[in-house]
Amino acid sequence: METSSRRSLLAAALFASCLRQVHAEQPAAALRIGLTPVFLDDQVAFLNSWRSYLERRLRQPLVFVQRGSYREVVNLLNQGQLDCAWLCGYPYVRHRERMRLLAVPLYRGKPLYQSYLIVPATDTTTRSILDLRGKVFAYSDPDSNSGFLFTQHSLRRLNEMPAAFFGKSFFTWAHRKVVDAVAVGLANGGAIDGYVWDTLALSHPGLTGRTRIVERSPEFGFPPFVARGSLASTQFTAVQSALMQMRDDPEGAGLLQRLNLDGFAAGSPALFDGVAEMFRTSGAN
Amino acid sequence: MLRNLSLAVKTPLRISMLVVITAVLVTAALVARERDELRRDLIGHSETVARVLTRTLIEPMLHDDAWRAFEIINTPFQATPLGATSQAADIVMVLDTKHLIYVSTRPPDYPMLSEPARIDPEYATVQQAVADLRTAEPKAMLSLHSDKLYMVAPIVADGVRLGTLVMGYSGSIFVQRFLGLLLRAGLATGVVLAVLLPVGWYFGRRIAQPLVDLAAAMGKVGPHLPQGLEYVPSYKGRDEIGQLGLEFQRMLGELRDKEALEKQMIASDRLAAIGRLTAGIAHEINNPLGGMLNAISTFKRHGTPDPITARTLSLVERGLLQIKETVGALLVEARVESHPLTRQDIEDTHTLVLPDAQAKDAQFVWDNAIAGALPLPSTLTRQIMINLLLNALQAIERGGRVQCRTTIEHETLQIEVSNDGNHIPSEKLHYLFEPFSQLSHDGHGLGLWVTYQIVQQLGGGIEVRSDPRATSFTVLLPLKKEHEPIACTDAVPG
Repeated sequence: METSSRRSLLAAALFASCLRQVHAEQPAAALRIGLTPVFLDDQVAFLNSWRSYLERRLRQPLVFVQRGSYREVVNLLNQGQLDCAWLCGYPYVRHRERMRLLAVPLYRGKPLYQSYLIVPATDTTTRSILDLRGKVFAYSDPDSNSGFLFTQHSLRRLNEMPAAFFGKSFFTWAHRKVVDAVAVGLANGGAIDGYVWDTLALSHPGLTGRTRIVERSPEFGFPPFVARGSLASTQFTAVQSALMQMRDDPEGAGLLQRLNLDGFAAGSPALFDGVAEMFRTSGAN
Repeated sequence: MLRNLSLAVKTPLRISMLVVITAVLVTAALVARERDELRRDLIGHSETVARVLTRTLIEPMLHDDAWRAFEIINTPFQATPLGATSQAADIVMVLDTKHLIYVSTRPPDYPMLSEPARIDPEYATVQQAVADLRTAEPKAMLSLHSDKLYMVAPIVADGVRLGTLVMGYSGSIFVQRFLGLLLRAGLATGVVLAVLLPVGWYFGRRIAQPLVDLAAAMGKVGPHLPQGLEYVPSYKGRDEIGQLGLEFQRMLGELRDKEALEKQMIASDRLAAIGRLTAGIAHEINNPLGGMLNAISTFKRHGTPDPITARTLSLVERGLLQIKETVGALLVEARVESHPLTRQDIEDTHTLVLPDAQAKDAQFVWDNAIAGALPLPSTLTRQIMINLLLNALQAIERGGRVQCRTTIEHETLQIEVSNDGNHIPSEKLHYLFEPFSQLSHDGHGLGLWVTYQIVQQLGGGIEVRSDPRATSFTVLLPLKKEHEPIACTDAVPG
């Protein structure tokens, strides 16, 4: 009984949010930005503050659109239903020709990040990914660089068949949940965005403390903000400068601090060459 | 041992025991019912959860989305606040079609891809049940080895079995809830007992108390009634106990009357025995005495004694006469011929005693209510009155008060002589009517003895009351004729 009522409540909430979106589409000028779990996207209150900040800077309404997987957001962007999106480098390099690089976050001063291979803290023996043969492994998203592509690539370089190497693998559809899955012991290992793990370590040290980092990947271009190719250049420039100027005023700096980022830079597509290389060699999927 | 306990303890004890037994039985019945309900409740709840979970798990199983499946089986845990996990399963696991663990809520203990029976042999039976499961309905089963409850539910999509949901409920949860229930029931019973036991004890005491009082009073009754033993039943009911109390009260009264009667009879028996003895002795003395006095008289008339003999004879004669007088006093002769008693006879008594009263300046109150002639021997009645009046006058101080009242009540002549002189101590009252009583200071001490003998022979009674203020003698003489012969036969013979 309880569960079903909860479910109907959920349905009602979903319906209401759909209505709001339909309603929001009426004023033509609303900027639609897609978000993916490349950062801790479950902080609703933070997203509200950030949205209201950007609305004031851009002097136009703004909508954050969140979806269950990277792929849905990429599809929405490609279909022109989104103006911009914060994506992973992996989908960016795959759809580079239809997107424009808008801004790249600066993490620890650089537009770079790593992928971490984590295991439960109780596992004190695992030294490399090879120790996880036949075990249960958690990926974050099949379209994630740090949470999937890099691991696949590493295994191929070690002459392993990624599909057969693990006894069982599954996707959690969010980096944060990879930490959950590894922390509770559901998975014997997991691939995660290093930035997300570091940020979680600040806010939830108890959770990350139950995991142990076994390997850190080379540095890759940080998951970038991209715009659909058809976005008007005035709009493009406005959003780009709004993001890049966030570090210059206290409110923007405060929001950046909560994101555990130093700022945004224009970035160059060359940053993602490493990812593109892996994509090419691994011939993904 | 219990058998000899006082009812004052035993009755409340029995009531208390009854109360305790009732309370325990009622509580046990309620607890047993609650226990069944609890189990049903647990199974029902578990079935509902299983139904919801199996339906929700279909999609993740179809998509091979282990993380979603893990999140779903964890919702029952997350939905319940910590500490209130009374109805949460101990473990939830999803088995794939090969009966290997797909996901479990306790991955460290039950990791993916493992076989549950290898981890805990207990799951062998569960696994068997999973394999045997043919319906799409959840099925509850109790573990054979422990007190765990398992709920096994198939995950079926379009008639195809995708896997199985297994929920394990630790028996300790049930035991905990049951203990909690037991504790609450125990507390409630305790409160009820705390109220009922004192009440039961009180009523038990109330029921037993009259019997205890009765038994205590009965215990005091020995061969003789103790002085001042009174029993007033405190219990006023008219039931068996009340009747018993009243009966005992009545019996006590009768015993007391009987005792008084016995005492009186012993006293009169003694006096009668003494009377017979003295009469016998007096009689035996009288005959030779008469002979001796005759001989002396003859000798004095016909003989010529010398002066010494004459003086000696005279001395002997005076002694013998004194003996005769004493013996004569002892012999109360009831069959004296006399006329019926009249008012004048009584007045004569007054006249006879008056000089003595005047000699003592006594306040002499005379109240004579007799009018006509009464069927009583006048001589004897007068003797009674004179004896009592002289005694009274003797007892008073100078200027004291003596009262004499003669009345007729209920066919009885009542003569009451009272004085305010020295009162008679109660221990002497018992021997008052015996001959040579120590009471009289002068005289031969036969006055009251003679009075008693006469009253006895007239079939009457004599009563003495003496307290520091007044002493009174009341003589009752029945006027009915038939008493006389009885009294006479019992009195002095010859």
